[in-house]
Amino acid sequence: MKRRWGTLIILLLFLTLPGNVFAAQDSLKVGFVYVGPVGDYGWSYAHDQGRQYLEKTLPDVKTTYVEAVPEGADAERVLTQLARTGHKVIFATSYGYMDAALKVAERFPDVIFLHCSGHKRRQNLGTYFGRMYQASYLTGLVAGKMTRRNLIGYVAPIPIPEVIRIANAFARGAREVSPDVKVHVVWTHAWYDPATESEAANSLLDIGADVIATQSDSPTPVQTAEKRGAYGVGYNSDAGKFAPQKHLVSAVWNWGPYYVETIKNVRAGTWKSADDWWPIDTGIAGLSSFGPAVPEDVKTLVERRKQDLVAHKFDVFWGPIKDQHGQLRIADGEKPSDTVLLQMDWLIEGMLGRVPR
Amino acid sequence: MELTLIPLVLAAAVRAGTPIAFAALGELVAERSGVLNLGVEGMMLTGALAGFVVAQQTGQPWVGVLAAAVAGMVLSLVHAVLTISLQANQVVSGLALSIFGSGVTGFWGKRFIGVPADGFTTTAVTGLGGLPIIGPIFFQHDALVYLAYALIPGLWYILYRTYPGLQVRAAGESPASADAMGVEVTAVRYRCVAIGGVAAGLGGAYLSLAYTHIWIENMTAGRGWIAVAMVIFGTWDPWRTALGAYLFGGVQAMQLRLQAAGVAVPTHLLMMTPYLFTIVALVLASRDTTRRRLGAPAALATPYVRE
Repeated sequence: MKRRWGTLIILLLFLTLPGNVFAAQDSLKVGFVYVGPVGDYGWSYAHDQGRQYLEKTLPDVKTTYVEAVPEGADAERVLTQLARTGHKVIFATSYGYMDAALKVAERFPDVIFLHCSGHKRRQNLGTYFGRMYQASYLTGLVAGKMTRRNLIGYVAPIPIPEVIRIANAFARGAREVSPDVKVHVVWTHAWYDPATESEAANSLLDIGADVIATQSDSPTPVQTAEKRGAYGVGYNSDAGKFAPQKHLVSAVWNWGPYYVETIKNVRAGTWKSADDWWPIDTGIAGLSSFGPAVPEDVKTLVERRKQDLVAHKFDVFWGPIKDQHGQLRIADGEKPSDTVLLQMDWLIEGMLGRVPR
Repeated sequence: MELTLIPLVLAAAVRAGTPIAFAALGELVAERSGVLNLGVEGMMLTGALAGFVVAQQTGQPWVGVLAAAVAGMVLSLVHAVLTISLQANQVVSGLALSIFGSGVTGFWGKRFIGVPADGFTTTAVTGLGGLPIIGPIFFQHDALVYLAYALIPGLWYILYRTYPGLQVRAAGESPASADAMGVEVTAVRYRCVAIGGVAAGLGGAYLSLAYTHIWIENMTAGRGWIAVAMVIFGTWDPWRTALGAYLFGGVQAMQLRLQAAGVAVPTHLLMMTPYLFTIVALVLASRDTTRRRLGAPAALATPYVRE
């Protein structure tokens, strides 16, 4: 009697098996690993918005995300776990996941890994980023126009080339419209610590800055700026809600279209490991809406310069560019290669503060 | 660095140290009664979220503070039940509650991310706020900072000069003797853990309602753990614990302002110092002999069972 039940159950299981197989063929499983909580309203939040856009645009794709994964051994564990559980494409969305992604990609050659903001690749590991520095430059134009005291404070997280480059682009924009402007950088040494970021903004306001820009992962610097009557420029996501009067503009990410394009390529079999660095015309990096204080002529200027970028009439780091010690780093007429941009570890002329070594 | 910036650094130190001071003083009360509560981080987050949500919904920051205190207390009572009545391992229970607090606030808080709310604003103390130098450093802050000021001598007085305070210290030093003298050890410990939860909740509320006016996941960024360390750093004395908290805030504020002042400071080394002190303090405190010398409650982290 027991034997017959056993056989029946086994038969039933076998009947469901084809169903499982079909399901696996139809839906592609895509994994996302975030360094911060989705609720940071910043970097990881933006990536998650991209993931949701992917799910909406391609409904038969099943996504999984793991948030607040520290860089290092934990990242390796999570990436391995995702690779083992049938995820065929995995996005590792933090610079510090670089070595972990490389290691895990070596162990799972059939899984496609994409590492955001990194520079190590394999046949099944690509890197991707957006030319946020172009959007950052545009926000610098606004900040430069709105400052009266010619001192702009900049709250920066961790001194890696990507952050330095985006800060430099901001300063480039500010000084283009106002050559006497100084941009003072303060490092919080953390990607995410809302309270410390607020304190950093305070320290800059105390020395007389009347515009605060941030590249850290929370909108608190912009909020703090408004509380003390200064303008704010946000990053990662629209900080307008936190500073309804004094928010000027934010440089925001829009990862969705990149994720959709990547998955489409994977499905079509045309995906190849590359170093994708999408420019501003793709919309991967852009601007939020302007705040109420920004006058029309500034908006027009920003739009004009954006079109110049899109039409390749000009780019942010075309020479001549001197560093903060006066040394010429990019010659007049020189158009620096991506390598130069990716290794930027010096601040441009007109910036105060140092790059900590 | 310009001399005029020094009061600003000290004022920033007071601000940055306040949430840690709240949480550390509460933890001090719990530890003095013999209960180690490592769930402070989770309780601070619970307080931060509860305070923010209620303040945002009611438009009354003080009502939010009340809610934060209650929320912190509720979570700490879970710890109390587990460790006092059920005699679970205090370290494990505390850690679990920290993780729980972080997860549960992340989950429930999702709706409130990106939602603005009014919180506390700076209210200078009349008279004292106008004093030169001292005024800006200590008396031009928001109301919760002043509450923390009151807590320090208040706690010292209650702990060392009143009978309930004696009961607390007895329960932490030798619960068996205290029991023999008629002290309700269980009740005392419950109350002290609850007080710890209330204070941690207040510390969290300060972060989301005063220091910033925002709720974001994990916004305490490890301050709960610093608070636990500050209790040891301050050798279980309210004044020294509070000093540790403000010192820690000071280091944070200092490194930012030195940068703003253009002073070339090795920021990484400076930032390390509070954590270094904490590690040294923790290492010392984990050795029984040193602990006794430092003045740790003799019965800390050991459950009391009446024989």
